[in-house]
Amino acid sequence: MKFTAGLASAFALSAVAMVATAADELPACEDCADQMTIVSWGGAYSNSQLQAYHNPYSEMTGVEIVNDESSAEAVAKLRAMNEANNVTWDVVDVVAADAMRLCDEGLAMEIDADTQLAAAPDGTPASEDFGDLLVSDCFIPQIVYSTTLGYRTDVAEWNGAVPSDVCAVFDTETFPGKRSLEKRPINNVEWALLCDGVAKEDVYDVLSTDEGVAQALAKLDTIRDDVIWWSAGAETPQLLADSEALLGSTYNGRFFSLIEEQKQPVAMLWDAQVFDLDGWIIPTGLDEARTARALHYVKFATDTQRLADQSKYISYGPARASSAPLVGKHAELGIDMAPHMPTDPNNAKNTFLYNYEWWADNRDDLDAKFQTWLSQ
Amino acid sequence: MSSASNANSSSGIRGAAVRFEHVQKSYDGEVLVVKDLNLNIAPGEFVTMLGPSGSGKTTCLMMLAGFEPATHGEIFLNDKPINNVPPRKRGIGMVFQNYALFPHMSVAENLAFPLEIRKMGKSERDAKVKRALDMVELGAFGNRRPAQLSGGQQQRVAVARALVFDPDLVLMDEPLGALDKQLREQMQYEIKHIHESLGVSVVYVTHDQTEALTMSDRVAVFQDGVIQQLSSPDALYESPQNSFVAQFIGENNKLSGVVTDINNDICSMTLDDGTKVQSQAVNIGDVGSRSTLSLRPERIELEPTEQRDNMVPGVVKEVLYLGDHLRIVMAVAGNDEFIVKVPNGGRSTIPVEGNTYNLGWSAEDAKALDPVN
Amino acid sequence: MTASTALDSNTSELAQGAPLTTKDGQPLKRSLGRALRREKIRALFLILPLLAFVLITFIFPIGDMLFRSVENSIVEKTLPGTVVALQDWDSESDEVPGERVFSALADDMMLAQELKIHTRIGTRINYDQPGISSVFRKSGRRIKRLDSDASKDAFIALNAAWGTPDAWTTLTSSAQWPESFPQTAIAFDNWKAWLASEEGDDIDPSTQVPYGFTYANLFHDLSSMENGALNNLAKSSDSAIASLFAGVPDAIDNFPTDDFKGQFADIEKGWVNIQNWQAIKRLSPAFTDSYFLAAVDSERTEAGVQQKPANERFYVTLFVRTIVLSIVITLACILLGYPIAYLLATLSVRSSNLILILVLLPFWTSLLVRTSSWKVLLQQQGVINDLLVWIGLVADDGRLVMINNMTGTIIAMTHILLPFMILPLYSVMKTISPSYMRAAKSMGASDTLAFWRIYFPNTIAGIGAGSILVFILAIGYYITPALVGGTKGVFISNQIAYHISSSLNWGLAAALGTILLVLVLALYWTYDRIVGIDNVKLG
Repeated sequence: MKFTAGLASAFALSAVAMVATAADELPACEDCADQMTIVSWGGAYSNSQLQAYHNPYSEMTGVEIVNDESSAEAVAKLRAMNEANNVTWDVVDVVAADAMRLCDEGLAMEIDADTQLAAAPDGTPASEDFGDLLVSDCFIPQIVYSTTLGYRTDVAEWNGAVPSDVCAVFDTETFPGKRSLEKRPINNVEWALLCDGVAKEDVYDVLSTDEGVAQALAKLDTIRDDVIWWSAGAETPQLLADSEALLGSTYNGRFFSLIEEQKQPVAMLWDAQVFDLDGWIIPTGLDEARTARALHYVKFATDTQRLADQSKYISYGPARASSAPLVGKHAELGIDMAPHMPTDPNNAKNTFLYNYEWWADNRDDLDAKFQTWLSQ
Repeated sequence: MSSASNANSSSGIRGAAVRFEHVQKSYDGEVLVVKDLNLNIAPGEFVTMLGPSGSGKTTCLMMLAGFEPATHGEIFLNDKPINNVPPRKRGIGMVFQNYALFPHMSVAENLAFPLEIRKMGKSERDAKVKRALDMVELGAFGNRRPAQLSGGQQQRVAVARALVFDPDLVLMDEPLGALDKQLREQMQYEIKHIHESLGVSVVYVTHDQTEALTMSDRVAVFQDGVIQQLSSPDALYESPQNSFVAQFIGENNKLSGVVTDINNDICSMTLDDGTKVQSQAVNIGDVGSRSTLSLRPERIELEPTEQRDNMVPGVVKEVLYLGDHLRIVMAVAGNDEFIVKVPNGGRSTIPVEGNTYNLGWSAEDAKALDPVN
Repeated sequence: MTASTALDSNTSELAQGAPLTTKDGQPLKRSLGRALRREKIRALFLILPLLAFVLITFIFPIGDMLFRSVENSIVEKTLPGTVVALQDWDSESDEVPGERVFSALADDMMLAQELKIHTRIGTRINYDQPGISSVFRKSGRRIKRLDSDASKDAFIALNAAWGTPDAWTTLTSSAQWPESFPQTAIAFDNWKAWLASEEGDDIDPSTQVPYGFTYANLFHDLSSMENGALNNLAKSSDSAIASLFAGVPDAIDNFPTDDFKGQFADIEKGWVNIQNWQAIKRLSPAFTDSYFLAAVDSERTEAGVQQKPANERFYVTLFVRTIVLSIVITLACILLGYPIAYLLATLSVRSSNLILILVLLPFWTSLLVRTSSWKVLLQQQGVINDLLVWIGLVADDGRLVMINNMTGTIIAMTHILLPFMILPLYSVMKTISPSYMRAAKSMGASDTLAFWRIYFPNTIAGIGAGSILVFILAIGYYITPALVGGTKGVFISNQIAYHISSSLNWGLAAALGTILLVLVLALYWTYDRIVGIDNVKLG
C-alpha cells in the first residue's frame, strides 16, 4: 500500500511538473499549419507514440495528426518525394543510421538541440541531456533499444547449461541447435570479433582492416550451418516459440512481449547488447508553417516527461537521461518497466555502442563482403 | 430383314464383317442409350445409321471404334469378339465429324502418321500417301497445313487419312455435316465412288435422310436406342415398318382410324371422320383396333380420271408453285395438313383455294401401321 | 480535317499510276485512305488513355532508370573548381594533388557546406571509395574555420584596389575573363552563389568583396600562367586591368599561401590519401560506368577495369542464381501444372470449376499468410517434417531442411506462380478437340505415342506462354525469396530492393535493373528465334 501511495504521489508530482513544463516552455505555435502527417513503424510502437505524444499534443493544440506507417521505406520515399518536390510528411520516425543517411543526402533538416528542443526540468540543456545519443545533426533521439540475445529455457540437449554471455551464439558444443541472427553484417561482425578475443574498444579499428573483416567472417563461419538468418524483427520470437531456433537475436522489446506477454519459455541476455536509437527527423523542403508546426511538435514530444510516458506502453528506454527516473509501470500489465529498459543500470553493465560514423562509411563495403560470404 | 447384301456379290471384296449381339449401353447406370442392339454388317457393305440426335447412333459407332465400352453384349469384327481390344488394335479407319486433322502437321504428314506407326519404310510410305492424295484429287496439297485448306478439301484429306492404311472397315461420323449443300452432294458421290472401288465396309452415321438414301446399301433407322427398321433405301421408303420410319424418311400424310375388316394383306378402315378407306395391312392389330394410315404425297392423284381404290374429297387450303411440281395443302378426312404433290404436266389447271376436289389413291400405296389395341 | 487533307496529298503522290477514281473524280486510293484513316484515328483515340498510361508509368520510368545507371553529374556540379583543377593532376603519380587543387576544393566545399550538399557527394563517392563519406561529413563543419585570407591580404598589400568591389568588376569585364582565369571564374560564381544563400537575393554582389577562397584561386590562376601572359596583363592596353596587375608579375612568386593542403590534412587525414583523390578524379565526368562495373563485380582502378577481390564478388553469382532458379521454377510449374491443366480441360464443367478455384486460391491469400503457412509446413519442426518422422522416413535428428534455402524459394515460388502456367495451358488445351487423340488411336497409335506426337505438340503454344509469364515474373520476384530464401535462395531483385530502399544507391540499383532487363530481353529474343513468339497463345 505504502509503495502504491508513494508511486501515486510521484505520478501526481510528475503530472504537475508536466503541466508546468507545457505552460512554461511551450508557447502556442504562431502561424503554424493545423494539420500534420507523422510517419512511424506501426504496431505496438506507433500505439505507444499515439498514447504518449499524439493524443496529448492534439488535445493541447487542436492539431489534426495523420498517421502513416511507412518508416520501413522512409529513406527511399523521402528521396523520391524530394526529387518530385512534393514532401507530404512533416515528422518522420527513423532509426539513427537512416537519419544519418537522410542528413547526408540533405533530405532531413538540421536541428539545434539547445535552441530548438526543450531543456530538462532542472534546466540541463537538451544537448547535455541527450548526450552522446545526438549522433546526427538532423536527428532527435526518442528511445534507446537494443539488439540482444534470447534463448529457450527448456532445451534438454544443453544438459542444464544456460547461456550467460553473447558468445554462447558461437559455442555450438555447449549449446547445439539452430540460432537466428539478423541477415546483415551490423551487430554480427562486432559480436564475432568480441567473441574472438578482440577488446571492445578495438572492434572498429580491427574491422577497418581487410584482415579484421576476414577474422569476423571466419568466426561466423564456425556457426554458418547452424544459423537461420532473419530480416524482420518478428522472426526470432516466432522461431524461438516454434523451437525452430533455440537461441537468437532480436530487439529487446520483442523479447519483452515474448516473455512477459506471451509467457513463452524463453529468457534473454543483456550481455553485449548493442544499443541503437530511434527518433525523429523533419524533412527538408517543407514550407514555413509546416516546418514551424513540425518543430513545435518535436519539441513537445521529446521533452523529459513525454519520453518517460512512452515507456509505459513499450519496453524501450527514453533517450534523455532526465527521463530515466520517471519511468513507471506498464499501462496494461502493471509491470514495473525500469528493469526492462536497456538503459537500466543493471542491464547496461556490458553494452556495446554501435559506431554510426564507421558504419556510414563502411556499410556498403561490408555488406558486399557479408553477402558474398553468405552466398558461398 | 435380309442379312445378305448386294455388294457382297460384287468382286474385289476386302471388307470386314461386323456383328452386334445384344449390345446395351448406359452412361449413367439409369438410362439405356442403346437397347439390345443386334446388327449384322456383311463384308464390303455400306451401312448407314440414321436417326435424330440422341437416338444412339453415334454411341453405337463409338462402341464399334472402341472409344466407348459396351455395357452389355458383344461386338464381333470378322467373328472375333473385340470388346477387350483397344481402339488402336482394331485396325478401323475413322472419319470424324470435325475431321480431326492434326493442325501441327502438313497434309502429307497427317496421312503418313498411321503408316509411320505401322513402321512402314519411307519410300513405301510416300508412295501410299501420294496414291491416297491422288485418290481424293489433292495431290498438289501435301505440303499445306490443314488450316490452309477449304472445308471440302479438309474433308477429303480426312477420308484419305482414314483409308491410307488400308483398313477393312471405315467408320464415318457425320463427315459431311459442316459442308454446304452443293459440296455435300458432290462428296456423297465421291465417298460412294471410293467405297465401290475399294470394296471396304463402311459404317456411316448421319441424321440426313437424303445422304442415307443415296449412299447406303442398307440403312438402320435409330430411335430411342432401338433400330426401328434396317433395310435397303427403297424398301425403307416404300415399305416403312412404322409411322416413325415413314415420317422420318421422305414426306408422309397420316390418317388415323379403326380397322373394320382384314382381307389377306388388304384391310378396310373407318377414319375418324367416318370416311371409309382401303389400305395395305403392313402392321396392324385385330379388327376393331386403331391404326395409322401412312400415305406418300406423290402417290395421290388430284381429280383422278379413272376409278381408284379410294376416292376422298378434300378442300384446298394453300397452293405452292415449285416449278416441277405443285404442292397443295388440303383438309382431308380431319387432317388439315394433308399434302398432295401434283407433277407439273404443263396442261393441268392450278387448283383454286377453298374449292373441293376429289383425291384418289390405290390401296397398295396406303400403309396401315402402328397397331394400337 | 485540315491535317488529314495534307496527309491525303502525300498518299496520292505515293500512289503513282493509279488511274482509278471514284465517281466524283477523287482518286480511289485517296478516298479509301481517307475512309481508313478515320478508322485509324478512332482506334488511336480508343487506345490513347492506355498509351498515355504506359508512357507515364512504364516507358518514362524505364528511361529514367537507364539514365540513372550512368548519370554522375553530382561530382562536377558540387566540386566544379576541383574537377577543373584536377585535370592537370596525374592520377598515376604517387603524389597527392598540390595546393592549387586544395584551394579549389576549399572554395567548392565552402559553397557546398553552405548549401548542405557536401555530405551528399561524400555518399556518392563512398559507393566507389569506402570511407570517404566521413571525410566529407567531418570537413563540412570546419570549412568555415579554415585560414583563408593569406592570398587576399597579399593582393591588398600589393595594391589596395584589390580590396574593393571595383577590382572584381574590372576583372570580370576584361577581355581575358574568363578564359585566362578558369579557376577564378568558377570560384567567383561559387562565391556569388554563397552570398545569395547566406545573405539573401537582395544583396548585389558587385558591391561586395569576395572572401579569401576566391583570391586563393586567383593566385593559383595567375601563378600557373606563362610569364608572358601575366606580363601582358600588367601591360594591357586596358588601363584599368594594367593598373590592377601592375607589380603582380614580380610579386606573385613571393605570395604566401594558406596551406589548404595542410589544413585539410589536419581536419581529416583522408584528404592526403591518394586513393581518395584518384576516386574523385575517376568520378569527375558527368557519365560513369562505375555502377555497371559494380553490378558485374568489377571496378575501375588506376590499373584499368578489374574484377573486385574475391570476397566482394556476388552480383554475378546472384544473376546466375536468379536465372537458374527461375528456370527451375518454370520447369517445376510445367511439370506440376500440365496434368492439372489437362484435368481442367477434360473434366466436366462443375468439377473443373472447383479445381480452378483451388488453382486460383494462392491469388486470394495474402502474401504473409501464404508465406507463414509455408513456414509452418516446411520448417524443421514443421508439419511435413513431423509427418515424415512419424512415418519413420526420416530420423528425428535428421529432419529435412526445406526452408530458408533454395528449396524453400523453389517450393514457395512454384506455388505462387503455378496459376500463371496453368491458365494459359488450360485455355490452349480447351481448344484441343478430344477427337485428335481418338483419331490418332484409331490409326493405331498407343496412348503414349498419341500424347507425344499429337496432344503435346498442340500444347506447346500454351507451355510457351506459361513459361514466359512464369519466368519473367519469377526473375523479378523479391518478397517471397527474401522471406523464405534464407541466404542461398535470394534473387538479384532482393539486392535491387536493398539499394533502392536502404542504401539509397539508386545508380547501382538502376544498373542491376538494366542488366536484368537486358537479360530478359535477350532470353525473349532467343526464345523468339528458337520457338517463335507467334507460337505463344494465351488462349
